Amino acid sequence: MRPVAVAWVVPVLVIAALSLLARPSSAPPDAAGPWRMAFRRFGRNRGARVALAVIVALYVIAALAPILAPYPPNATIDMIRMTGRPPSMTNLLGTDLTSRDVLSRIIHGARISLSIGLLAVLLSMTVGTLYGAVAGFVGGVTDTVMMRIIDALLSVPRILMLIAVTALWDRLSLPALVMLIGLTGWFGVSRIVRGQVMALSTREFVIAARSLGAGGGRVLARHILPNILSPVIVAATLGVSNVIILETGLSYLGLGVQPPQASWGSIILDGAEGVSAAWWISLFPGLAIVMTVMAFNIVGDALRDALDPR
Amino acid sequence: MTSIPLLSIANLRTYFHTSAGIARAVDGVSFDIARGETLGLVGESGCGKSVTGFSILRLIRPPGRIEAGSAIALDGEDLLALDDEHIRAIRGNRVSLIFQEPMTALNPVFTVGDQVAEVARIHAGASRKDAWTRAVEMLTLVGIPDPAERAHEYPHQLSGGMRQRVLIAMALVMNPALIIADEPTTALDVTIQAQILELLADLQQRLGTSILLITHDLGVIAEMASRVVVMYAGEVVEEAAVRTLFASAHHPYAEGLLAAMPRVGRVRERLTVIPGTVPPPTAWPPGCRFHDRCPYAWERCLREHPPLYDIAPGHTSRCHLADEPERRAHPHPPLVVRDAPG
Repeated sequence: MRPVAVAWVVPVLVIAALSLLARPSSAPPDAAGPWRMAFRRFGRNRGARVALAVIVALYVIAALAPILAPYPPNATIDMIRMTGRPPSMTNLLGTDLTSRDVLSRIIHGARISLSIGLLAVLLSMTVGTLYGAVAGFVGGVTDTVMMRIIDALLSVPRILMLIAVTALWDRLSLPALVMLIGLTGWFGVSRIVRGQVMALSTREFVIAARSLGAGGGRVLARHILPNILSPVIVAATLGVSNVIILETGLSYLGLGVQPPQASWGSIILDGAEGVSAAWWISLFPGLAIVMTVMAFNIVGDALRDALDPR
Repeated sequence: MTSIPLLSIANLRTYFHTSAGIARAVDGVSFDIARGETLGLVGESGCGKSVTGFSILRLIRPPGRIEAGSAIALDGEDLLALDDEHIRAIRGNRVSLIFQEPMTALNPVFTVGDQVAEVARIHAGASRKDAWTRAVEMLTLVGIPDPAERAHEYPHQLSGGMRQRVLIAMALVMNPALIIADEPTTALDVTIQAQILELLADLQQRLGTSILLITHDLGVIAEMASRVVVMYAGEVVEEAAVRTLFASAHHPYAEGLLAAMPRVGRVRERLTVIPGTVPPPTAWPPGCRFHDRCPYAWERCLREHPPLYDIAPGHTSRCHLADEPERRAHPHPPLVVRDAPG
């Protein structure tokens, strides 16, 4: 082991700080705007604080992967004596069948899996919000046509769509994978946004804004979109866990991240052949996925409660 | 010299083309507002008074439509002929609207200062800083204490009365020629109501603004307006000086409204009510639209739709009693009493 242990202090401190020290202050409850109030409500939820700390720590670990991981992700340690070794003091989570350190691969895999989750969801939310906002705001025939298109797209299972498209590619680059997952994930959001935009268009403050001379763009950007951010943020948070699962599934099927590059899905695939003999290869990336997905779901639920006190 | 009125509405018809039929919410309304005048527009819910107010700024959305043949002129300029850009330049600038519900008429995610400043940014192209200064000035004008502090607060942090003051500030930023106040005090406590009305009257005197005061409350009219237009079932049924209306209302509907108003110093066992409700706008009754609730109605009222009769200079009434005044001596129970609307 190298002086790696020192670097591990960083993510541990992040978890501790967020879940223990960042307790809600006892400031007067009405001394802030709606976002700060929501933040305070979120902070009161202990489970959500821990889950958020886990997420932040995961991203810190991913960012610091080269420092934190004991070995490079694709380094073979000793092809003769060290293949398929169970967890030990030298290899905390064991080694895989080509003598690579599983812990190091999981840490490096986090970079791929977590950034695909984040970027794909960012893409989905942007496209979905714009599409839904236009449909809901313009209304009429435009809206009807746009929504029928969404209905058609939603009628095809996402995983089927992804498998169909990825099967056409020989080797899929990471940006292409992000684009693919992102561009198949915005239909639901656009529906939510469209409904919210329509509902808000008849709200009195929107009519009031129009009565004061605000044009369509201003009404949409200032008076409608800021008021529908809450459901979009919640959908985005829950969307990240969804995308991580999707990426895992695709990589496991050999359609996503390509070996030897490590992603959580591809590590599970590495261990799949010998799972009865070397269970640690598939189990630990699986646990990483479960933990991450749970954390995102808990945070998503807490955000839903915090942002919509009704 | 006969100057042109500030606002002139002629034969305004705003129809809603719904699946249940055409709702003729506003059906041939005409009236003028002079410069600096407060005109009261009064009637029950559903009589079309708010739709009239919204029509002036062309804020009617589909399925609603202002029908061809309607005319709305501001300072002689035909508002119905303006394109979108030009009508937006009127809204909030030369004509503003004050809403009934001060909570829901403010955007919950912005500070009130921000929202007042927005009006200056739209119409005067003011910089962020200048607009903010103007906003604080306006909040001072409408009597909000600590305006520089309060400008940083969000709508939910203010009381109903303060929020209504903010809305008035927003309406006044550009010093408009006309304010349309749609039930500005209905959602407020009685004590706050009086303060807001006083504020409006005071600002009007200082700024010379005309006000179209839309309300169902004759008490508010008595306090604020000089002239009053009574609407029923999408039509103007009586127009008179406030004094005249209170002393000698002609139309039986206006008479009923006055009788239903509680007054200090008058001993009465019960308040009278006008039987029935406003009929649905998709099916106004034939003849006089008030005939089924009217204590004087006779055959002619079922057959013949009454025109606006001239009663005296500046006093009109849409009632056949103008033709046959002797019938007023013989009231009777209304012909048809509708139990429930629709």
